[in-house]
Amino acid sequence: MKPVEIAGVWKFYGDFPALRDISFDVEPGASMALLGRNGAGKTTLLRMLAGLSRPGRGTIRICGTDARDRATRHSIGILGHGISLYEELSALENLRLFARIYGLENPDGAASQWLERTGLEKVRDGLVREFSRGMRQRLAVARAFLHSPSVLLLDEPFTALDDRAIALLQSLLRDAIAEGRTVVLSTHQLREALELATHVALLVRGRLAYTGERTGEMLEDTGWLYRQYGEPQSVTA
Amino acid sequence: MRDKTIMVLSWLAAVMLAGNLAIILLVLPDEVSQGPIFRIIFFHVPVAWTAFVLFFAAMVSSVLFLVRKDFKYDSFAAAATEVGLAFGAANLLTGMIWGRIIWGIWWTWDARLTSMLVGWIIYAGYVMLRRAIEEPTERARMSAVVSILAFADVPIIFWSIKWWRTQHPQPVVYGGGFLSPGYWYMLFLNWIPILLLGVVLLLIRMRQEQTGREIDALRREVHAF
Amino acid sequence: MNPPAAPPAKPPRLSFFRQAATVAWKDLRSELRTKEALNASFAFALVILLLFSIAFEPTQDETRQISGGLLWLVFAFAGALILNRSFARELANDCLDALIAAPMSGAALFLGKALANFVLLSAVEFVCLPVFGVLYNVSWTHQFWPLAGVIALGTWGLTVVGTVFSALTVNLRLRELMLPMLVYPILIPCLLAAMQLTAPLVMGDPYTAELSQWVRLLVAFDVIFSALALALIETVMVR
Repeated sequence: MKPVEIAGVWKFYGDFPALRDISFDVEPGASMALLGRNGAGKTTLLRMLAGLSRPGRGTIRICGTDARDRATRHSIGILGHGISLYEELSALENLRLFARIYGLENPDGAASQWLERTGLEKVRDGLVREFSRGMRQRLAVARAFLHSPSVLLLDEPFTALDDRAIALLQSLLRDAIAEGRTVVLSTHQLREALELATHVALLVRGRLAYTGERTGEMLEDTGWLYRQYGEPQSVTA
Repeated sequence: MRDKTIMVLSWLAAVMLAGNLAIILLVLPDEVSQGPIFRIIFFHVPVAWTAFVLFFAAMVSSVLFLVRKDFKYDSFAAAATEVGLAFGAANLLTGMIWGRIIWGIWWTWDARLTSMLVGWIIYAGYVMLRRAIEEPTERARMSAVVSILAFADVPIIFWSIKWWRTQHPQPVVYGGGFLSPGYWYMLFLNWIPILLLGVVLLLIRMRQEQTGREIDALRREVHAF
Repeated sequence: MNPPAAPPAKPPRLSFFRQAATVAWKDLRSELRTKEALNASFAFALVILLLFSIAFEPTQDETRQISGGLLWLVFAFAGALILNRSFARELANDCLDALIAAPMSGAALFLGKALANFVLLSAVEFVCLPVFGVLYNVSWTHQFWPLAGVIALGTWGLTVVGTVFSALTVNLRLRELMLPMLVYPILIPCLLAAMQLTAPLVMGDPYTAELSQWVRLLVAFDVIFSALALALIETVMVR
């Protein structure tokens, strides 16, 4: 039972296919970097993995069950473009809220634990709207990891993070990978993301152009993959 | 194939309507209490029935879209609702004309007309909602939900307005029920061409919707990458 | 390669009502902290009450008689502000995504929000009652419990339809315009019944058997639309 299985997935906006026949799997304990230009379909695909939208055709399975099943969603942690936190609530209240929704045994304990781990223990009662950008990002990371998900989905996580937040996220992701969790992150080929990745998948105009292990070559020359497998010469896809 | 169907049905409807008009205007005698204007009933009632059938069909089509995810159901639902609005408007206008001539006032708060007015406003909202959503799949999904909620409300609206108006006896546009069999026959006879007209308009509008979606997809294809 | 992942821990029992309550509590706490929608709603309600007094000569007897109906117009208009905010508050920071991705059914999310809206709407309404009583010289205490019952039933109808459409219109540019425009016509039977019941109650008229048909209508409306909303909410929220 693989953590992520994508089979024959299409996504339509009206009659227009934004994703065409995407099929690949992610092995347990792997970390997959999802590459592609703007509009290639990375966010669309990630949203479907997260259960936020449904494929027009095909299936997506997380840990063997459909991505939209409630039990499945318990195993998924997401970090999107927005921090997904409530401005008017405190850091602790935000984490407790999500801990309860995820049905954790000890919501207060889990919330406190993650506040410490992200260095926000001292501001636990501060309202999010008073936080600095870096603090909000760290709290968002706490929220994503709070329920110990076995699959982590991150949409361009390193863009717009400050140094401290990047370091924190990298450390947490490394720990997660060491614990055998699976990570899928979309990226604009940033080095920080590629360093952590064991595999890559390249989306070009909604199609899967390449999927395989992340090599040293890709790390050194981040444009390499695009040149090899990127846009076809002709305009029509 | 579609064009031919449309042509054939249009001609059929036109011929029947012409024939019926001849009967209605020339053959049938005046109604006892209401005089010549009573003949408007042969349009006033069938257009209401047609509108109702269309709104019902739109609801069924909406359910089918949510289940099957095929856009032809969405095109059908949108077209049926818009054509239904046209027929509903016809019902309201003929009702108002009739009321004006018989009772001297444009709007008598007759229960049936009032229910039709409320329904009309709800479905006009449906059309406005469709205009406000740009992406076709989301538009189809949201309007399907609204169509279901709207039609579920229709019987409730009908009953509530009926009870409301019975508390204040008002001039009723027509009593309904005391029509002689001859008149009922004519009502049904005239319903056929009106329904056919509705189907013709539906088919035309449906084709427009489908073409619109194709254009949207082409536009996305060109602009996307 | 890394060692194979430990199998995910058995998912804990996720209680529908616990989740709905958590969402409701979250909404209420958020709103009570900022009071944005509440204040706007109160202010709007008072202004409308005043405007109606100006439109209909307030000291006349006829005005007292229609006042029960007017009251529901106030509730409906002021309520739209609260209902609009319901899902709109989730847009900032992409909170709605986090809620939809969570192991919570759409129905639980809907119920939580509907409950919070019901509480907020009721709060506005019960503050309006004394003001209304004073301005229109009607007694809202005389038959308080039947009146409270009617307000509860009518407000639930408003809430259920308003919350579903709040979810539906959340991503629209013209959300503030589209929500009332879609919701009010659909609510006509509910508002009509509530008005028919409220008007005699505030006038001190006894509850007659004739009025029971309106109660039945309200209950039917509430049940039908609650069921439909719960059934359709997933479709509305998951793209």
